[in-house]
Amino acid sequence: MWKMLRLIARAGRLSEPAPDVPEPAEVSAIQGELLRVLGRALAIREVDAGSCNGCELEIHALANPYYNLEGLGLRFVASPRHADMLLVTGPVTRNMEEALRRTYDATPAPKLVVAAGDCACGGGIFGNGGAACRGRVAEVIPVDVAVPGCPPPPIELLRGILAAVRAQGAAR
Amino acid sequence: MRLADLAPTAARLGCPLPAWFVRVDAAAWSAAAAAATRLVALWGRRDGGGGARVSAAFVFDDGLLWAELALAGGQAYPDLGPHFPFAVRMQRALADLSAVEAEGAVDRRPWLDHGRWPDSRARSADYEFVRVEGDGVHEIPVGPVHAGIIEPGHFRFSVVGEKVLRLEERLGYVHKGITRRFTELAPVEAARLAGRVSGDSTVAYAWAYAMALEDAAGCPPPPRALALRALALERERVANHLGDLGALANDAALAFGLAQFSRLREDWLRLAQPAFGHRLMMDAVVPGGVAFDLEPAMLGRLAAQCDAFEPVLHELRSIYDEHAGLQDRFVGTGRVPPELAARLGLAGLAGRASGQAQDLRCDRPWPPYEALGVVKAGSAEGDVAARVGVRFDELFESLRLIRRLCTTLPAGVPRRELVVPAAPARGLGWVEGWRGEVLVALELEGARLLDCHCHDPSWQNWPVLEHAVIGNIVPDFPLVNKSFNLSYSGHDL
Repeated sequence: MWKMLRLIARAGRLSEPAPDVPEPAEVSAIQGELLRVLGRALAIREVDAGSCNGCELEIHALANPYYNLEGLGLRFVASPRHADMLLVTGPVTRNMEEALRRTYDATPAPKLVVAAGDCACGGGIFGNGGAACRGRVAEVIPVDVAVPGCPPPPIELLRGILAAVRAQGAAR
Repeated sequence: MRLADLAPTAARLGCPLPAWFVRVDAAAWSAAAAAATRLVALWGRRDGGGGARVSAAFVFDDGLLWAELALAGGQAYPDLGPHFPFAVRMQRALADLSAVEAEGAVDRRPWLDHGRWPDSRARSADYEFVRVEGDGVHEIPVGPVHAGIIEPGHFRFSVVGEKVLRLEERLGYVHKGITRRFTELAPVEAARLAGRVSGDSTVAYAWAYAMALEDAAGCPPPPRALALRALALERERVANHLGDLGALANDAALAFGLAQFSRLREDWLRLAQPAFGHRLMMDAVVPGGVAFDLEPAMLGRLAAQCDAFEPVLHELRSIYDEHAGLQDRFVGTGRVPPELAARLGLAGLAGRASGQAQDLRCDRPWPPYEALGVVKAGSAEGDVAARVGVRFDELFESLRLIRRLCTTLPAGVPRRELVVPAAPARGLGWVEGWRGEVLVALELEGARLLDCHCHDPSWQNWPVLEHAVIGNIVPDFPLVNKSFNLSYSGHDL
């Protein structure tokens, strides 16, 4: 146990700005804004609709101590029925099209959709459409915000999530 | 068995690993299957004349044999299932994608084809799972949309109480038509596609693709590029092990492990951005060399990061080893004994944790690995704990390799112009990625890709996961699954 405590103490708080990494400061700014706009927890359901798993790696990274996603009251949930937002990746393979549509239908309204990554935005390297893919998320379900990038780094994903929340806040 | 005895007429490929190509008839195909120690990949394509070409990559003691069998329209090829059980799914995929059947194959259910493509051969989206019947047996269907942030696939558990009697996987949900997409792209540009077959192995695929194209073009990359590729490949191995070791502790309710490993992984990826131009090093390896170069100052930073990580990782390992709760979940869970692993062809990292001592970096070292003396990790226990142990061992070995590469980087250019030949040519790439061996086989015609097949070791290992979980409790499945961490995208293509 003492070894764990020692390591925790030595690692310290990582959300502080570090030299020559501009991002932590930017993260803090986004964190503040999220809390101001949202003021409550946002539940996100991630759906991989055919990604190469690169986007999933960066979405996972959002949960590391640097980005402190859960600390903001943003969390990933296990079921679309618990979700306010779908975060969708991939060029939407035809084999995932129905599952994506069903996941969308199972998400209670009002709901937000963020298309994450070049594939979700427009097919990416896999091409826009074709025999095996629909080519972009917006072909299948309505998209509120598209986040380009291959894959988008965690900070861009956070910005996209924030933009969707902000747009919803403004519409109210 | 040596392939030199079996196929004396085979032509040596230009790939830096020992590999040969030969055209075979059905009898020679079966003879190669019977004599080979391993099968790496099976693939095929329609040819212009209504027939098909089916290819297999067999491994012998002295190298790899790419055997190509030409089939007339409607003709079947000899079934590889009796020799290599995992080949059955590859054969089903081949039937889905190229309409070629294995002769006498027992399981003819569609695999990647879910009946949803415009040109589907499968007539419906329904799938016949094998049913387990008996007192108190019930089914738990999971997926394709899973509870965690992972790729989609369907798992059908037949359970009694908490105990898993049988798991049947159904994959193919992320089939993107990658093989066909290759033929639509210019060969040099298609390296970007190869780097997105499985995002977590982007360096391994990009290197294997570049190796194959350089083989076909007769254009070997400069020595500096090879060292830089190895540096990137070892960093990819470290990044994935860091991610998985954290996730494994988290699945056993030790959130401390995830917090520690995920912050280390983030530090690792953040340094990759300035060094390789991308956090995951996508598009860093290109045909002809690499798209980045490292200054002495950056080499110093990369080596210093290894120095900084090593003591922390030793500490984390001792915490994992001494944590009773964690060991209780890890030891004995998801066991694949060496005999079973050998019979089923368990590959790569998971294979090494089950007594299958295979690692291309050690067995067939190609430049720059021949000068690095990679030490192979391994265990005979075959459980989650063994796969965790192998990952730790490989972490430390990769840190050593990265430091070594940082101090011995050859001078010169990092990239050479690659001219795609107009004449027909073929090439093969074979690389030990973090998960196992990745293979790329391509054919060029008129400076275009006629065919390009990418093989992921997940093909070998997905069927073994079904065995690993038998007799375990359902709540341990995420742990077993994560300890293998197989690719869906790399498998579904």
